[in-house]
Amino acid sequence: MSGHAPDGAGSASKAWALHAVVILGLLSLHVLLPDYHHGIAARIMVLAVFAMGYNLLFGYTGLLSLGHAMFFAAGLYGAGLPVYHLGWSVPVAFATGIACGGLLALAVGVLALRTTGVAFMIVTMMFSQVAYLMIYWLGDWTRGDEGLTLSRSERIVELGPIFLDLTDRDTRFLLAWALFSAVLVLTVFIARSPFGRVLVAIRENEERTRMLGYNAFANKLSAVVLSGLVCAMAGAAYGLLFGYVGATFGSIQYSILPLLWVLLGGAATTLGPLIGTYFMFYIVDFTQGFLRAYMLLVGVALILLVLFFPKGILGTIRERWLKWLP
Amino acid sequence: MSFGPHLLLATLEGLVTAAVLALTALGLSLVFGVMRVVNVAHGEFFMLGAVLAWAFSTLVTGHPALGFLLALVLSPLVVGLVALVAERLVLRRLNYNPESTIVATIGLLYIIQQSVLTFYGPEARPVVAPFSYRIMLPWFGYSGYKLFVIAASIALIAATWLVLTRTRIGLVMRATQYDRETAQSFGIPVDRVYAGVFALGAMLAAVAAVLIVPIQQAHYLMGLDPLLLSFIVVIIGGLGSLRGTVVAALLIGVSDGVISVFFSPTLAKMLATFLVAMVLVFRPQGLFGTTAR
Amino acid sequence: MAALTPLLVTRDLRRAFGGLKAVDGVDIAVMPGEVRAIIGPNGAGKTTLVSLICGRIAPGSGTIRFDGEDITALPAHLRVRRGIAYTFQITSIFANLTAYDNVALPVHRRLAGRDNMHPRQLREAVMQALDRVGLAGRAGTTAGTLAYGHQRLLEVAMGLALQPRLLILDEPTQGLSDGEIDNFIALVRDIARQATVLLIEHNMPVVMELADRITVLNFGKVLAEGTPDEIRRNAEVQAAYLGSTADV
Repeated sequence: MSGHAPDGAGSASKAWALHAVVILGLLSLHVLLPDYHHGIAARIMVLAVFAMGYNLLFGYTGLLSLGHAMFFAAGLYGAGLPVYHLGWSVPVAFATGIACGGLLALAVGVLALRTTGVAFMIVTMMFSQVAYLMIYWLGDWTRGDEGLTLSRSERIVELGPIFLDLTDRDTRFLLAWALFSAVLVLTVFIARSPFGRVLVAIRENEERTRMLGYNAFANKLSAVVLSGLVCAMAGAAYGLLFGYVGATFGSIQYSILPLLWVLLGGAATTLGPLIGTYFMFYIVDFTQGFLRAYMLLVGVALILLVLFFPKGILGTIRERWLKWLP
Repeated sequence: MSFGPHLLLATLEGLVTAAVLALTALGLSLVFGVMRVVNVAHGEFFMLGAVLAWAFSTLVTGHPALGFLLALVLSPLVVGLVALVAERLVLRRLNYNPESTIVATIGLLYIIQQSVLTFYGPEARPVVAPFSYRIMLPWFGYSGYKLFVIAASIALIAATWLVLTRTRIGLVMRATQYDRETAQSFGIPVDRVYAGVFALGAMLAAVAAVLIVPIQQAHYLMGLDPLLLSFIVVIIGGLGSLRGTVVAALLIGVSDGVISVFFSPTLAKMLATFLVAMVLVFRPQGLFGTTAR
Repeated sequence: MAALTPLLVTRDLRRAFGGLKAVDGVDIAVMPGEVRAIIGPNGAGKTTLVSLICGRIAPGSGTIRFDGEDITALPAHLRVRRGIAYTFQITSIFANLTAYDNVALPVHRRLAGRDNMHPRQLREAVMQALDRVGLAGRAGTTAGTLAYGHQRLLEVAMGLALQPRLLILDEPTQGLSDGEIDNFIALVRDIARQATVLLIEHNMPVVMELADRITVLNFGKVLAEGTPDEIRRNAEVQAAYLGSTADV
């Protein structure tokens, strides 16, 4: 939370340098990783986008939603259904998915922001549950649990001279990387922007922020919509890149996971979502090999984090050592 | 079957749902009312109660009523103990902060659910009803056990209500609910009241579950529906209001029974959830509650 | 100093909480450039009155006009943008942000919408506000770690940074040492050269020294209004307030 502060310039360049290193480091994984981990890395980068979207609302604005699965699912189905049923091209479907998430977030935000705290958590969870049930209700199009598998021909992008095959592992990785990098840079910009500062101010003391002349409701609504857009972007990308659109992604579990990832990595840090997603994904992946009840770990992790480590990995590092960390 | 008897059947089924729901929601409402804690793991206490009921009932051979009675006594006790441990180890350390406790009880939800999956498995298992007497009505026969469930639930709710309004324990609980600091300064051991209330809330869910397992089999994922329905009931009834909770459970339970006979259950659930969310948005004190404190 | 039209006018302003009439038909008119003190015993409705004026709570009935415009129905943040700033009775700063960032928030709000806003302008304005309250040297300090007196000053700096036309100070000297209070009086005098000040204060010497006029509230009603000398001589005020709780 430095920035304009007197020491702003130095910390700004350090922060940008760090993000450049992370982005290039992830790119280098493309050539370094063996096949299996290469595929996982691509998934993690897309899911980290989901986590970054969640972080905008939870970390920076201080609004704890228990219903972000609906925004991910809005992107997933908003992009997947037109491709599957209407044969739309990938770029148009991607944009449609994002738009669906944005609209849903606007509607949910206008309603849910009338409440605060615990009521906000429950209302968002309930709205998400409505969206989840709607996936089943529209089972003729969505095929519920079973879901839709997008074929290779549906996942080819031809834009003039550009030809992309989303079933190709390299293309997938590089697109996931590009999306992740773009959203990461966006997050850094937002965190350092006046808008981001107002969000933090609202989180710290909403009443005071209002009495400084800021429209708290409008700013919170913008945060909800922005967060919904980014999460829908992750959902749309996930469906198109990995070719599967299923109801599981709308379940409560997918509202809890981004919360866990962000808590673990560090709320209100730009890189926390990536770190949290990476850690948790590998912990689950590792234990899934011998433990059927791998969600047990999610439960244990949530309780341990909330009890002993509420600032998460990067939050703690920032507090103890690296004050300039954005 | 013609419309009249059909409706009667649907109403009876609805009353059974309402009876179990009222008990479960009462537990959630009590915990929220006194402690201001939203216990997301409440449905898992319900599930644990059902699974333990199966486990205890298989310990005894002979008449099914013996196993059932054993389950009815032991299952809530064990669940209460689990809740007590969770309260001491987790909730108290969080100083009952509303948002942290929600996250922690989500963790608890997964821990209980996944432990049951590990030790009990993914199968659904039935518990034999303590008696199989059927009451013959002119149009159809109806399970005597289901009527027993309704009666038992009424008795338990009445008992809880008496404890809350007529005893010293109830007075202490209400004082704590009204104002934690003042209660503390009057020498009420708030800390122990909280532990007791959390355990009691879980036990109410467990009793409800024991009553329902002869009708509905025990399964590790069975906690989600009662959780959502209890939320709905508690919100409609007004957060923390016991009378409202019972009225709302009756309303939701009966209408759920009636609606699911005539309509697609998914659509009914969807609309119900949406409407309840709207109640929370526009009338947070509930439909029957007075203004929230 | 006196202008012809008042900056702030309330007409028959009322607000009740349950059965308690916290503000019960208050009419006041504050002239531009005036330092108006509002005094009264605890529970007289002082904080409720200024909360109605700045929009933190909605009135039951009555009207509020600011600079000729009816602002009764205006949300708080828009009143702030029209020039009403409120500093909280209980210090309400952003404890985890630096002093600089605390003041940058209101400065940014004030400068927002100007196309050619320069980062340098922002910096200068923030440092100027901090300098006025004597905190320029602590710009980089996390606000929550500042001494209590400094936190109160930061609170005022946040109000000043809005360059308000009406600055409402709610018990600003509460908890300050004598030396700090002297500096504070000088600061308010300085502020009053550019802004109208509405001051809720318990410390009677501070009130007598600063106020151009004093409004005395009791049980939600205006008991008396006048210059410090008039108020000092008013027997009713003596009985209700001065005689019992303060020695002048």
